[in-house]
Amino acid sequence: MTQPVNTNETKTDLYRRQFLGKTAAAAGFALAPGMLLTEIAHAKPADEAVSTKNRWGLLINTNKCASGCTACVTACQVENGWGEINKSEELSRASQKAVWIRKVKLKDKQTGHVQSLPLLCQHCEKPPCVDVCPTGASFKREDGIVLVDKHICIGCRYCMMACPYKARSFIHETIKNQKVHAPRGKGTVESCTMCAHRVDNDGIPACVEACNAEGHQAMYFGDLKDSNSVISKELAKNGGQQLRADLDLNTGVRYQGIK
Amino acid sequence: MKKNIPFIAIEGRSSGYYSLLALLGAFILASLGAFYYMEHHGHYVTGMDNQIVWGMPHVFAVFLIVAASGALNVASISSAFNKKAYKPLARLSGLLALALLAGGLMILVLDLGRPERLVIAMTYYNLKSIFAWNMLLYNGFFAIVIVYIWTMMQRNLGQYTRAAGIAAFIWRLALTTGTGSIFGFLVARQGYDAAIMAPMFILMSFSFGLAVFLLVLMASYSWTERPIGDAIFNRLKNLLGIFVASVLFIVAIYHLTNLYEAQHQGFEAFILLNGGIYTQMFWIGQVMIGGIIPLIIFYTPSLAKSRGLVGLGALLVIIGGLAQVYGIIIGGQAYPMTLFPGKEVIETTFADGAIASYTPTLAETLLGLGGVAVALFLVAFCVKIMNFLPASLADKDVDPHYKAS
Repeated sequence: MTQPVNTNETKTDLYRRQFLGKTAAAAGFALAPGMLLTEIAHAKPADEAVSTKNRWGLLINTNKCASGCTACVTACQVENGWGEINKSEELSRASQKAVWIRKVKLKDKQTGHVQSLPLLCQHCEKPPCVDVCPTGASFKREDGIVLVDKHICIGCRYCMMACPYKARSFIHETIKNQKVHAPRGKGTVESCTMCAHRVDNDGIPACVEACNAEGHQAMYFGDLKDSNSVISKELAKNGGQQLRADLDLNTGVRYQGIK
Repeated sequence: MKKNIPFIAIEGRSSGYYSLLALLGAFILASLGAFYYMEHHGHYVTGMDNQIVWGMPHVFAVFLIVAASGALNVASISSAFNKKAYKPLARLSGLLALALLAGGLMILVLDLGRPERLVIAMTYYNLKSIFAWNMLLYNGFFAIVIVYIWTMMQRNLGQYTRAAGIAAFIWRLALTTGTGSIFGFLVARQGYDAAIMAPMFILMSFSFGLAVFLLVLMASYSWTERPIGDAIFNRLKNLLGIFVASVLFIVAIYHLTNLYEAQHQGFEAFILLNGGIYTQMFWIGQVMIGGIIPLIIFYTPSLAKSRGLVGLGALLVIIGGLAQVYGIIIGGQAYPMTLFPGKEVIETTFADGAIASYTPTLAETLLGLGGVAVALFLVAFCVKIMNFLPASLADKDVDPHYKAS
């Protein structure tokens, strides 16, 4: 048996849908050129599971990375609620506070050449932190992003011993004011998530966004498996080196201009 | 044919015995207090940080776990290698092995960031992780050694003792290989990343385990006024000397190999020459106190005659062993990882390229000592309730043909 239908309401609903659809299309037209310029890598609809079709990576051009600029670090802190932004991590000593991304200034021992670069989790294809984790809390997503499952991390810190980049931090006290997408539990380990929450919604990591906003454009984010992505084209054209390439970890973060 | 020596539980009614239990109990309570303090506040109350992620608790835990498998050696010599003189000591050897492992694991678990998630560690295994292998190895060690002791204690199971002893011997070698490999497989750090760490840990276990065994044996026999003859005592002393020399040998090989490789020379300079506390730990703690002085005591006849001095030698082996483990664990982390070969880090907010400093707090040290106390408490308790100790280790009972040299 069918329910009686109120035709007026149905019509209103239809108009509403059409109106929404047209508005969305108009917005799309307006935004598309801008979006295309920054090349958002369209991975998948937000409700689709991550897959090996993509491998997310970062390319950092150290020639464009400005000495003294810490926009990427600050953006990461704001986005994920760590560092000076989060005042609740006050009891830990400086060496105990979490660091997800840091700026490092290097001087070549031979030439004296000075350059600076951001250092963060390198999202290795063969991550030592994942190998050593006894419970599997340290894991790599299908799309190459290396994360910590806060529910099964027992806080043994073996991953911190194994990471060649000192990319991970242990949380030494109770943290308040956490971001919904970046839970930070006392007694567990954390590191850069490549802003997986943004990437899963077709966004780009906060550090890259901030670097672009500063006008440096030293960081590219994209799909290493898509030969048409800006990052892949740039890598194909100008190359990019891995930190500790001798370890053969096939890092997802690559650097240009280290000399 | 000589009779088997009877095993008799100690009486354990003296005020000395209860004082010992009370003292150990106090250390255990203090360590539980330290655990509560660390877990309640978080690890910011410790000396550990994001540079030195494993600290004093791990030094004690690794020492005890290594010593545990070594303590089983006396039993292995009797069962797997069929040396009858060691047979009376096999039960205590098994018991001490279990107790030391329990103490070491207690420290490791109580130092975890989330110790209440131990059940996760027992149910989620990443089989590529050496830690996960070790969890299986530890649990297996408990099971095998308990069965082994059972075959020794139950009269009609004696026929299985040899098989259980061989299984336990093989298992203990695997266990210490696993412990050494926790460090040996860490590719990124200059001080680790060496397959030799597995056999090095095995030799360390022989030495530390026998030193602990000798002291526990001397104490329990002295306090219960049971005799230990020269036959068994000198065998144990000489064996300990060989183990101590073996550790010095493999440590020398480890450092010589590193010195030959340009990329490890910075680390070697740090440990051997200019690493401050770590250099002192190496030369004074590990080599002098833990190696050369005990060897002089054990092999100088006039000194080795004194039981007290031999006991002191065993104690020095333990102190040197702790210094060695400290150097491996803390020194290995304090030396910075090479992230940018050929470059110098001139600015960083995360101590890149800098030597990390570490000052252990009282809480961490108490937690570590608590593990030692747990091990000794278990031994003291079990030798009272079960027949672990032979009534006599006098020469006429152990080896009627023994002649003092």
